[in-house]
Amino acid sequence: MTDVALSPSRVALVGNPNSGKTALFNALTGGRQKVANYAGVTVERKEGVVTTASGRTIHVLDLPGTYSLRARSPDEVVTRDAVLGQLAGETPPDVIVCVADATNLRLVLRLILELKQVGRPLVLALNMFDIAQRQGLRIDLEGLARDIGAPIVTTVATRKRGIEELVAQIDATTLEAAAAGAQDWREPDAGEIRDAHREAQRLMKAHVRPPERPDTLTGKVDAILLHPVWGLAILLAILLLMFQAVFTWATPLMDLIDAAMTGLGGLVALIVPEGLVRSLIVDGVIAGVGSVLVFLPQILILFLFIIMLEDSGYMARAAFLMDKIMGGAGLHGRAFIPLLSSFACAIPGVMSTRVIDSKRDRLTTIMVAPLMTCSARIPVYTLIIGAVVPAKVVGGVFSLQGLVMFGLYAAGILSALGVSFVVRRFLWRGMSEPFMMELPTYKKPDPTNVARNLLLRGQIFMSRAGRIILPLMVLVWFLSTFPYAPVGAVGPAIDYSFAGMIGHFIQPVLAPIGFNWQMSVALVPGMAAREVAVAALGTVYAVGDAEQASGGLSARLAEQWSLASGLSFLAWYVFAPQCVATLGVVKRETNSWLWPTVMFAYMVALAYIAALIVYQVTVALGGG
Amino acid sequence: MNNLSMDRLEIAEAVPEVGITVRLSDASVGDRGVIVDVRAEDDGQDHGVDIEELQRRLLEFGFVEGARIEVIHEGAIGHDPIAVRLDDMRVALRRRDAGEVIILLDRP
Repeated sequence: MTDVALSPSRVALVGNPNSGKTALFNALTGGRQKVANYAGVTVERKEGVVTTASGRTIHVLDLPGTYSLRARSPDEVVTRDAVLGQLAGETPPDVIVCVADATNLRLVLRLILELKQVGRPLVLALNMFDIAQRQGLRIDLEGLARDIGAPIVTTVATRKRGIEELVAQIDATTLEAAAAGAQDWREPDAGEIRDAHREAQRLMKAHVRPPERPDTLTGKVDAILLHPVWGLAILLAILLLMFQAVFTWATPLMDLIDAAMTGLGGLVALIVPEGLVRSLIVDGVIAGVGSVLVFLPQILILFLFIIMLEDSGYMARAAFLMDKIMGGAGLHGRAFIPLLSSFACAIPGVMSTRVIDSKRDRLTTIMVAPLMTCSARIPVYTLIIGAVVPAKVVGGVFSLQGLVMFGLYAAGILSALGVSFVVRRFLWRGMSEPFMMELPTYKKPDPTNVARNLLLRGQIFMSRAGRIILPLMVLVWFLSTFPYAPVGAVGPAIDYSFAGMIGHFIQPVLAPIGFNWQMSVALVPGMAAREVAVAALGTVYAVGDAEQASGGLSARLAEQWSLASGLSFLAWYVFAPQCVATLGVVKRETNSWLWPTVMFAYMVALAYIAALIVYQVTVALGGG
Repeated sequence: MNNLSMDRLEIAEAVPEVGITVRLSDASVGDRGVIVDVRAEDDGQDHGVDIEELQRRLLEFGFVEGARIEVIHEGAIGHDPIAVRLDDMRVALRRRDAGEVIILLDRP
């Protein structure tokens, strides 16, 4: 018996979305969690460890939320296969813990009936039990447990209540695991779903007395937040606040990281002698890591907003309000969140498309996400606008430079909608999948959970992005460094490197869009990240430290570039896939080279056409 | 639109002794009643999935015969999507996908 008591056990957490499953997972495992991907699919795998009072180690797997085992999204496929013990590389769970929102039992009872067919021992965790009690909802726990044939534990995950009892129950149930029945789950048809509902309804009637004081807050809040006019106005205000926060709160931190990276580079320069190794460390590795790290503050602020909006229950409302607008362009209401993230950086944007169930809807969103104006474009836009657009006031109030900036943002959004419209209209004919979504009751986000999730998001971003960006940065550094300039060379060293060769090689192709060879050369290191083009232009125009003295570079560009060339460069940057990291993440998320290739091709084509039109029209109007 | 209101009339006439039934896709904010049928009849529209699958998804979300339903919100553009109270939960869906749900409206 001792052997059995000490053998580790595997538990899978299953439940409806919004049941507080993740909060319960956090309460169970605390900091002892690991996040990875399931083998071969881009679904997040979260596992944690908890030790029972008897000394048994329990591995807890947090499975994606679902309403049924009949999987429809990649996330739900993982849940089904894990529960059925058919997931490649996963040991089948000894015990299934079904997490339920105690105030919203109807749908989860039907899920429980499905889980019973799987034949594994089941424990029901009635979460948010405090809210149920406050509402005066009466649940006959003993009767319900007897009828569903599984022990019930009441929990309040956010207050860590009932956690010990749940662990003890899992421990006890593990001992009975040998008594597991046969697995006879199969996809239910419409009639069987109806039967299950009838049975769930019977269980509700028999064991649950409706709340004496039902939640009326959600209805009242929704009357405002889902109002056709006020709802949209409030959503707009929230987005505005979010943008303000992302761009203003993050600035001091970004400056700090920038300074720290420069300082670190200086420090390395003191220790490592001048030469190849120093250049690799300072210009390749430190500059590479810095270029990722510098966006971390913005991304964390963005994630903070997203997590709070999600935990409070507002995100579903935002998707409701945006569905028609997004749907007009063939996008899913949920595509709204990834596209919003893409204003900070396309990488978290592409990563967060996982919330979209349908594969086609998700791919469309991934394909257009990089068209949103990410913050790496801002330094490029600022530099070029400052150099070629006159600082005039038009219409009495608008600065011409500001209008151009606004135009570039608008061009990004409109082209994203346009591209997705074309994709849905001509590539993938047919409607997007049905849009059905629960509007959860509003809840106050729990600070501990928000903090934990934020930390987790940050870690995931850094490790994934870092793993992709770092090698690419080193590659770009290699191209811009080798071969060396010959002794006694007059031009800047980069001119003689591979990057220079590529730039000169492609320049004839770029001539019709008004790019000189310096611009063409700057595009190559600019592939590492869009803002690197600023430093690259500084290098080719031999303006010492371009980032510190961007005023000098701006003046230099103003005398060297025509208005037409400058505008053409801006148009190029609206569309061009000048970011290998995004392409790398798309490869990762789609598990294929096809989609990054398609993305690269269509974005280059759009960029070329847009720049061509802008250049030729401006020249024709006398701006050459 | 003409087509839809015709439909509504036809159904209304079909069961006069029971009351007025309406497709959820045609219901207005404030309409409430009981779901009497969740169908899988080809309506000539493309839902992105076949009609049986749409029916199963509706059923799984709790759109099942006997459930109480009330339309509580609708979107600003084209009155779409809609949000309904379904027993004790709230669900949002597009009108396009709601045509298979037939509601027997409460008598005023």
